[in-house]
Amino acid sequence: MSNILKNSARFILLLLIQVIILNEIPPIHQFITPYLYFIFILWLPFGTSRIDTTLLGFAIGYTLDMFTNTPGLHAAAASLIGYLRPTILNILLAQEVSEELSKEPSIGSMGWGPFMIYLFSITFIHHFYLVLLEWLQFGDFGYFIGKVFFTSGMSMLLILLAELLLNRRKLKR
Amino acid sequence: MKNIIGFIRQNFTFFSFLILQIVSLVMLSSYSKSHQTFFGNWNNTIAGSVNSYYNEWAYFFELKATNAKLVAENVALRNELAQNFVPYDTSVKSGTLILRKDSLEKIRKFFYYPAKVVGNSFTLQKNYITIERGALQGVKKDMAAISPDGSIVGVVVEVNDHYSKIMSLLHRNSKVSSMLKRDRIAGSIEWDGKSPDILLLKNISKSASPKIGDTILTSPYSSSFPAQLMIGRVTSIIKDPSSNFLTLNIKSATNFYNLEFVYLVENKRMEAQADIEQKGEGNE
Repeated sequence: MSNILKNSARFILLLLIQVIILNEIPPIHQFITPYLYFIFILWLPFGTSRIDTTLLGFAIGYTLDMFTNTPGLHAAAASLIGYLRPTILNILLAQEVSEELSKEPSIGSMGWGPFMIYLFSITFIHHFYLVLLEWLQFGDFGYFIGKVFFTSGMSMLLILLAELLLNRRKLKR
Repeated sequence: MKNIIGFIRQNFTFFSFLILQIVSLVMLSSYSKSHQTFFGNWNNTIAGSVNSYYNEWAYFFELKATNAKLVAENVALRNELAQNFVPYDTSVKSGTLILRKDSLEKIRKFFYYPAKVVGNSFTLQKNYITIERGALQGVKKDMAAISPDGSIVGVVVEVNDHYSKIMSLLHRNSKVSSMLKRDRIAGSIEWDGKSPDILLLKNISKSASPKIGDTILTSPYSSSFPAQLMIGRVTSIIKDPSSNFLTLNIKSATNFYNLEFVYLVENKRMEAQADIEQKGEGNE
């Protein structure tokens, strides 16, 4: 129960941070929009089923789309990472870790190496798909590649910061 | 058939994922103006309210920039006012060949500059206002200063490279030519050093019939101020039996307590006017 409550609060908070702060940063705005909202998907407990992560991804993506006036753009990217998340986790984790279902992916519960790979692959897939969809609308290959890499780097930096700042290690126990 | 249903059931997650992808891609590709209005109706109830709250906050932080923009725009608009221009004299025939045919084109007489107030006093007997605009930015001595709502503030008395000093109306030596709006009878605005709200209008002929509440404007005789700028309203009339003139107490229209910007007015013909006024005095 507290899990649902915690994740609902995260859902709202992350969306607000994304809409109010990150989408408005002026100096790097046009080219790089850092994304933090999909940390919601990253932090869902291990036990969340694939259908749940996909639906939740769609939900948070579509809610973000309401604010950015791009119906379907973030929804598609977020439901894609929601769908792929269990696969990546299964590859990365030993059986015994992923059996503790209520735990959440973090540096503490996964270790630095696997978590970084997990973070990188999810971030990269999200941005690649997101920018690909944008690119098909606007069309400029340099823009596409540049935006994928710079935005991914920026977002990863932010997510790592959030990870370290919030010190979620205590969840390991 | 059974196999197909079984296959779908087995891969239920994958199919729902596919459906979600298709739904979002269709939304994305068919997004257009008509969708915007359709989605807008129910999306905006949530997103719109959050955005409007956010905008209120963001607006607060942009107030400074907005203010500067508005000042610039006001100056531009003020410079377009018709009263800044004098028409060509077409009533006189000139013998030269280069007679102007276009009588609609006007000559600019007044020009406006914005200036930020950096120092202001109103409690002394001789009050000055310091502004951040100097000779390098086009300020000259004797330029008039008016407040953003169009009422007069004072006259520039000292100028250096980047700053200038304005003698406020609240100065014992300040004297501005003014007139009653009702019958256009001229007098001069002075200050007795008592209350920052009350100015004195002296030398009004007793033939004038001022009433309490009458508007006082700048007169066309002033070389610094454009005519018909607001100065204030009459609050009381002092009748002095020993002289031929009335003195009026004026509630100043300018709020000297919260000046942030002033507009400086440059009269392009001021020197010519001062010149001719001085020449007359030599004949006495």
